[in-house]
Amino acid sequence: MAAINRDDVAHLARLAHIEMSAEELDRMAGELAVIVDSVKSVSEAAGDDVPATSHPIPLSNVFREDVVGHTFTAEQALSGAPDAAEDRFKVPAILDED
Amino acid sequence: MSTDTILSFEEAMEKYDPVLGFEVHVELNTKTKMFSSAPNVFGDEPNTNVNEVDLGLPGVLPVVNKAAVESSIKIGLALNCKIAESCRFARKNYFYPDTPKNFQTSQYDEPIAYDGYLDIELEDGTVFRVEIERAHMEEDAGKLTHMGGAAGRIQGADYSLVDYNRAGVPLVEIVTKPIQGAGSRAPELAKAYVSAIREIVKNLGVSDARMERGNVRCDANVSLRPHGQERFGIRSETKNVNSLRAVEHAVRYEIQRHAAVLDSGQPVIQETRHWHEDTRTTTSGRAKSDADDYRYFPEPDLVPVVASREWVEELRATLPEPPAERRKRLKEAWGYSDLEFRDVVNAGVMDSIEETVAAGASASAARKWWMGEIVGRAKTADVDPAELGVSPQTIVELNGLVEEGKINNKMASQVLDGVLAGEGTPAEIVEKRGLAVVSDDGPLLEAIDAALAAQPDVAEKIRGGKVQAIGAIVGGVMKATRGQADAGRVRELILEKLGVEG
Repeated sequence: MAAINRDDVAHLARLAHIEMSAEELDRMAGELAVIVDSVKSVSEAAGDDVPATSHPIPLSNVFREDVVGHTFTAEQALSGAPDAAEDRFKVPAILDED
Repeated sequence: MSTDTILSFEEAMEKYDPVLGFEVHVELNTKTKMFSSAPNVFGDEPNTNVNEVDLGLPGVLPVVNKAAVESSIKIGLALNCKIAESCRFARKNYFYPDTPKNFQTSQYDEPIAYDGYLDIELEDGTVFRVEIERAHMEEDAGKLTHMGGAAGRIQGADYSLVDYNRAGVPLVEIVTKPIQGAGSRAPELAKAYVSAIREIVKNLGVSDARMERGNVRCDANVSLRPHGQERFGIRSETKNVNSLRAVEHAVRYEIQRHAAVLDSGQPVIQETRHWHEDTRTTTSGRAKSDADDYRYFPEPDLVPVVASREWVEELRATLPEPPAERRKRLKEAWGYSDLEFRDVVNAGVMDSIEETVAAGASASAARKWWMGEIVGRAKTADVDPAELGVSPQTIVELNGLVEEGKINNKMASQVLDGVLAGEGTPAEIVEKRGLAVVSDDGPLLEAIDAALAAQPDVAEKIRGGKVQAIGAIVGGVMKATRGQADAGRVRELILEKLGVEG
């Protein structure tokens, strides 16, 4: 059984900006351990001769020529913004970073 | 803002050995962004150079800009790097409003270029090799403006405004290996390194390389260890040091600050520092924390980039001569002294001189004009010498007129005024302004007689063999002819007249 403790879950929750109650943290610690074990079984199925796969389709070099395409107007860009000012997205001040 | 104790640089150097490391971000000057077809243009109205990809709207599919990949490979090659046969993009996950996606598309364990080096020439000619760890592709973030509270500072801001025009602009991040052994030259090396990167990307034509616009941005890592110790000390990372001078100052300051911390018996805190140009100091940003857990994983929406050896060699064949090699070649070809050449480089007229020499002027004539008349005028007009509007052809023509004795240097200066005023070619201006040197000996002889008569004692001295006294007579003649005489010819005629060997 993978060792996922309550602190690991609390750490992940913070990184993902998910608010979790004490009960949820306890429950998720158990559930995540099962999930991690399940994923692990895939690693066991793949031998050393199978490289790690990031993309299931054998494709590479899907490129675009450097030609300017469409853009939004500021109004369109901001149409889904919770708040805006001076043609820009308005966000709460975030104090612990710069 | 707290003030940190610092040691004098000299004392810091006596006690400790600095180790440096740099992360330089270079914005590419492609027409469009890294993963979207929105334009990559600086200074436009906010949020107008964006589309759905840049805003990270649901269901969008990024597509890699081929030109940006080619520029990245060129940078890798210019830094003597190996180019990855195959590499992937990765998501760097974090929550901050400078990216609307909550991740930055970057590269993690598979940078496009790795294991390179750059030989940096210091002011006195010492060459220092800086090893390059990697150069990887990524996208720039949006621009935040903090409003309210203290002016522009995030501390105390009420809210921030975000412009995503810069989000998605192609970036290449160049990371050095730890730079050891620079000793007291660490600050100078830091400046020279960033300067060399800037010069290289500009020379490659892959970036506008304007630091004041943030096209080239430097994060400087500094740590100290006692002399003789193998293990590195704990480092600080000073962010966004965005001028060459600031890079030098920031490294110097951090060395002094670390030395004082270590001297007090405390450990250096591993943290981000912010550079303040006004006080030339750094202040604490935030300590490295678990918030730096970026959980990189391969970007599922972008397939690997495979750089075939043919493609890489094709790109290598397009590389211009490296700036350092070009300088060396030109200096030798022109026969300038170290000092002369350095002045030419610092004055920013090396390219202009090269063009002028190519147009037919001698290297010494080209230098005389660019470093004299033109640099002086450019300074007065507060523009770059090359932007003054003097073409290499003008210099060649002007110099030819002087060498043929048709005009003298003083007139040449007036002719140059005429060229800059749009009056025509040098020959046309000589004609229009009636500036030809008086070459008919008649009027000259008259003026010489008058000058000799006016200064009989000087004439006597010259007759007596004191030829250096001739300046006073030549001066008199030049004055009488309003500077339109050929001073060399005047001198000859005076000596002839007085029957003295020059």
